Amino acid sequence: MAAEEGTLTSNEYIQHHLQNMVFGKLPADYERVDGQVLEQAAWTLAHSPQEAKDMGFWAVNVDTLGWSVFLGIFFCFMFHRVAKRASEGAPSGFANFVELMVEMVDKNVSDIFHGKSLLIAPLALTIFVWVILMNMMDIVPVDWLPILAQTLSGDPHLYFKVVPTTDPNITFGLSIGVFILIIFYSIKMKGVGGFIAELTLHPFNSKNIFVQIIFIPFNLVLEGIGLIAKPVSLALRLFGNLYAAELIFLLIAMLGYYQLPFHFVWAVFHILVIPLQAYVFMMLTIVYLSMAHDTH
Amino acid sequence: MNFNATLIGQTFAFVVFVWFTMKFVWPLLLKQMHDRETRIADGLAAADKGQKALEEAAVRHGELVEEGKQHAAEIISQAQRRGDEIVDESKSNAKSEGQRLIHAAEAEIEREKTQAREDLRKEVATLALAGVEQILMREINPDAHNDIITKLSSEL
Repeated sequence: MAAEEGTLTSNEYIQHHLQNMVFGKLPADYERVDGQVLEQAAWTLAHSPQEAKDMGFWAVNVDTLGWSVFLGIFFCFMFHRVAKRASEGAPSGFANFVELMVEMVDKNVSDIFHGKSLLIAPLALTIFVWVILMNMMDIVPVDWLPILAQTLSGDPHLYFKVVPTTDPNITFGLSIGVFILIIFYSIKMKGVGGFIAELTLHPFNSKNIFVQIIFIPFNLVLEGIGLIAKPVSLALRLFGNLYAAELIFLLIAMLGYYQLPFHFVWAVFHILVIPLQAYVFMMLTIVYLSMAHDTH
Repeated sequence: MNFNATLIGQTFAFVVFVWFTMKFVWPLLLKQMHDRETRIADGLAAADKGQKALEEAAVRHGELVEEGKQHAAEIISQAQRRGDEIVDESKSNAKSEGQRLIHAAEAEIEREKTQAREDLRKEVATLALAGVEQILMREINPDAHNDIITKLSSEL
């Protein structure tokens, strides 16, 4: 593909592919990448990584969030369609696949999570299938959808990042949801006091109250890091795996016609990574929530 | 790694999708699968029952065939006996009928014999009378001797 785009160096090619399509507000008197100066603040698409950065926090990655929501709706629609067609007869085709997923998730949840919760199993199912779908976008050859989007929009330099899980915003968005649930379950099961005690009275513990008071900051730092590490590791693991794989797909895509066998081999290998990462995300979510749920 | 509002959008989308799955997907699917499980279990139980019923029916079938065979044999032997009886009966009937016919024929012969003798006697009497008449024509008044002739003819 690099050859076709002519003037693009391989570095630029990769950077272009890794840049999100960001929609946000640029301030007044901002000099855009093409030298144009904005007279007043404007909501627009970023035309360079620097512009995307300058839009600050209140900007949206239209491409990854769009694909993520689209795939989420796709998942809900397909599964709801199977669920709605309540048939006790022999399931066929896609219904088999759906039930396979449900059975797998149900088994894992009941193995790990011993409390009774109506939320955990549907949560795990949503995570698993949704993350698989998002990871699957990585299998689509890296230039197809961006070029399609560029053709449709008429903008040959449109940024279009297709794989939602290669955007840390997406993976952190998921893990923040899980993090909120961890805190919710901890407080629900142990109370606010119990939750605070869990953060401050472990792992260093003393019968002497003055010694204990000295221990509290250390405990808070250790347990706090442990708590924060959960969503961070969850998000970064998924992001890192998919980002690296996407990068390798990009490198392979620059090989010209030689890319075909390499792309095939890497895609086959990547097919293993896709469900594995989704599975790991789901399992760790269940484990974290069951840890939050268990009282010591 | 620029973090921006995508984070919030994604978290929100996550919550919505999980809520949707929890409300409209998971319970329906689970119920459906449990229903099917019980249905399959019921079906298997019914199949077992059917199998058992089939075995029982096979046993009963054997019994019925055996019984039928016995019954048939009984009927055949009875029929044979009855046949023999009928043959015997008709034999004796024929014998007695023959006897009766013989008796009737004998009686008829006897009767005809008597008849013939009677006729003969009458004719002889007439003849004798005619002869006597011829002989006595001249000397006997038939009117005077009629009682003697009648007496004679009745004696013949």
